[in-house]
Amino acid sequence: MNNLRGILVVGETEGGKLNPITHELLGGARELVKIIEEEASLLLMGEELAPVAQEGISFGADKIFIVESPLYRDYNPDSYAHLICGVCKKANPRLCLMGHTDLGREAAPRVSARLGAGICMDCVELRVDSSKQSFVQTRPVFGGKAMAEITSLPGNIQIDTVRRKSMSPISPSVDRKGEIVDLTNEIDPPMIRAKLVNQRRQESEGIDLEKAKVIVAGGGGIGNREGFERIKELAQLLGGAVGTTRVPVDEGWVPHSLEIGQTGKIVSPDLYVAVGISGATQHVTGILGSKYIIAINKDPDANIFKVSNLGVAADYKEVLPRVIESLKTLIQ
Amino acid sequence: MEIIVCIKQILDPDLPPAKFMVDKERNKVIPPEGIPFVINPYDALAVEAALKIKDEKGGKITVITIGDKSTEDIVRKALAMGADEGLIISDTIFEESDSFAVGYILAQGIKKIGRYDLILCGRQAADWDNGVVGSVVAEYLGIPIVTRAKDVKVVNGRVNVERVTTDGFETFELELPALITVSSELGQARLPSGWGIIKAASKEIPIWSGKEIETDISKVGKKASRNQLMRLIIPSYERRCEFITGEDLHEISAKLTSKLMERRIHE
Ligand SMILES: Cc1cc2nc3c(=O)[nH]c(=O)nc-3n(C[C@H](O)[C@H](O)[C@H](O)COP(=O)(O)OP(=O)(O)OC[C@H]3O[C@@H](n4cnc5c(N)ncnc54)[C@H](O)[C@@H]3O)c2cc1C
Repeated sequence: MNNLRGILVVGETEGGKLNPITHELLGGARELVKIIEEEASLLLMGEELAPVAQEGISFGADKIFIVESPLYRDYNPDSYAHLICGVCKKANPRLCLMGHTDLGREAAPRVSARLGAGICMDCVELRVDSSKQSFVQTRPVFGGKAMAEITSLPGNIQIDTVRRKSMSPISPSVDRKGEIVDLTNEIDPPMIRAKLVNQRRQESEGIDLEKAKVIVAGGGGIGNREGFERIKELAQLLGGAVGTTRVPVDEGWVPHSLEIGQTGKIVSPDLYVAVGISGATQHVTGILGSKYIIAINKDPDANIFKVSNLGVAADYKEVLPRVIESLKTLIQ
Repeated sequence: MEIIVCIKQILDPDLPPAKFMVDKERNKVIPPEGIPFVINPYDALAVEAALKIKDEKGGKITVITIGDKSTEDIVRKALAMGADEGLIISDTIFEESDSFAVGYILAQGIKKIGRYDLILCGRQAADWDNGVVGSVVAEYLGIPIVTRAKDVKVVNGRVNVERVTTDGFETFELELPALITVSSELGQARLPSGWGIIKAASKEIPIWSGKEIETDISKVGKKASRNQLMRLIIPSYERRCEFITGEDLHEISAKLTSKLMERRIHE
């Protein structure tokens, strides 16, 4: 494929607004197009896209590709892969960016397979190499134990999924100008072979983990479902959200939507309190953006202490009830 | 039901960070001595998902992997869990293949096997953590795919897949043949039984070469790679940890309380 130009961001929306990941990707794309001196474009699909398109422009898109159809209102693995492929063929970007989200994790590999593109999943850093002919992506591998720096092939389209909070949005401006290109009639209808028959959200109490300023997370050391009541209580007293590791999810003590780490959420609170968490790299990779980390673990050699600012080497069952009682009296 | 499960041998993902080393010159991981390679945990769950279907509906499970003779261990493990046949695809021309080449090789192997209703893979290999191969296999075979399943059921010649999303669950219905990748939420992989281990030990495991699966050599190996690994480094995230000390747990708890009071959210 020749005549590749520019960077295409695959947009994700919710309730008529761009998702934070799309703001981040547009910010990242702006940095890159500054160097290659080309355009950043944004793909939007679904319904009632005009206001979202304006938002995309104000967050840095030079061009918006719109595919407005009820066919794309909800995510479907077949229709989205088909659509993104179709738009890539029309737009011919050098680089197509998706979030490392439900959408990106599933669509990026299929689109790459169809287009013969290169692929890097879960990138945390992205730059243009000195020749300005290829991109250099950094991604965690081996569960975060190592970082790999990977270059794309010059002259070949590259598709990357990017981890949340790895790129910064620009400050939006309504004065920015952009062009809107309607591709609705240029994309053949998709063939849907994976039919969605049911969808349910996991009941999540309280604060969104990814936005939380304070998180209290319990790990395998909590021991049982009742133990998590202590974690919830502490989180409430501190005005924070509850998080967890893989072990309590596997044990069925807490829902998987609370899992933090490589296969869960990426968090960046001001305060992260890790209780009964060993500090496996797959978990730690998701909390690196935390400003201050406090760990409570009965094993003084636990790895979590190596990545913490403050440590309490003790049984949480001895410490938390006392702390909770004191906090209650202090706060009320 | 003919089920094929793709499995991979990897460095133990539970290896403590202190034992994890890389050769910076060659950008390769140095496997620590004496620590055995394991079956990718997500692939073990894919085998489990296949066994659950077989328990209910009957059928035949074939596990397939790419690698040298040493990969026999994980194939025998899957056989001991209850899979019926094992198969290794091995050739020096496959060395340094990327995810697309690996997907192609598996698809060629699966085409040679011929009959299949369902193909199962792990959601990603817990070494390079790409999560790409399953999708590539599905694209080469032209079959539908759903990723990150927590439950896979075959009902009336179709497959029902419940999968995890970031904030919930989705259920899909697909016609067979289909490919499903499996996530940790599926549960626990069963342990091999004593009898399973005995049976698996003597089972013959064929090894197919690149030629036998009719490999187009332009699609495999390093030269076919669409990306190039430039550097592999071990990052450091260490912070200086100050430990709270005290006479007893009362004192320690009191000190922790005041630290938390400083940093809590004030309404
Ligand atoms: C491919 C892959 C992906 C993964 N992705 C993720 C992911 O995204 N997120 C994730 O979290 N994990 C993930 N994991 C799992 C990860 O490797 C670890 O197994 C997991 O994080 C361990 O959780 P834990 O530290 O809470 O539990 P454990 O390993 O069970 O550790 C419990 C800790 O609690 C301490 N403890 C026990 N009792 C007490 C007590 N009474 N008081 C105080 N401390 C106590 C122990 O000393 C120990 O350090 C993944 C694994 C793989 C292979």
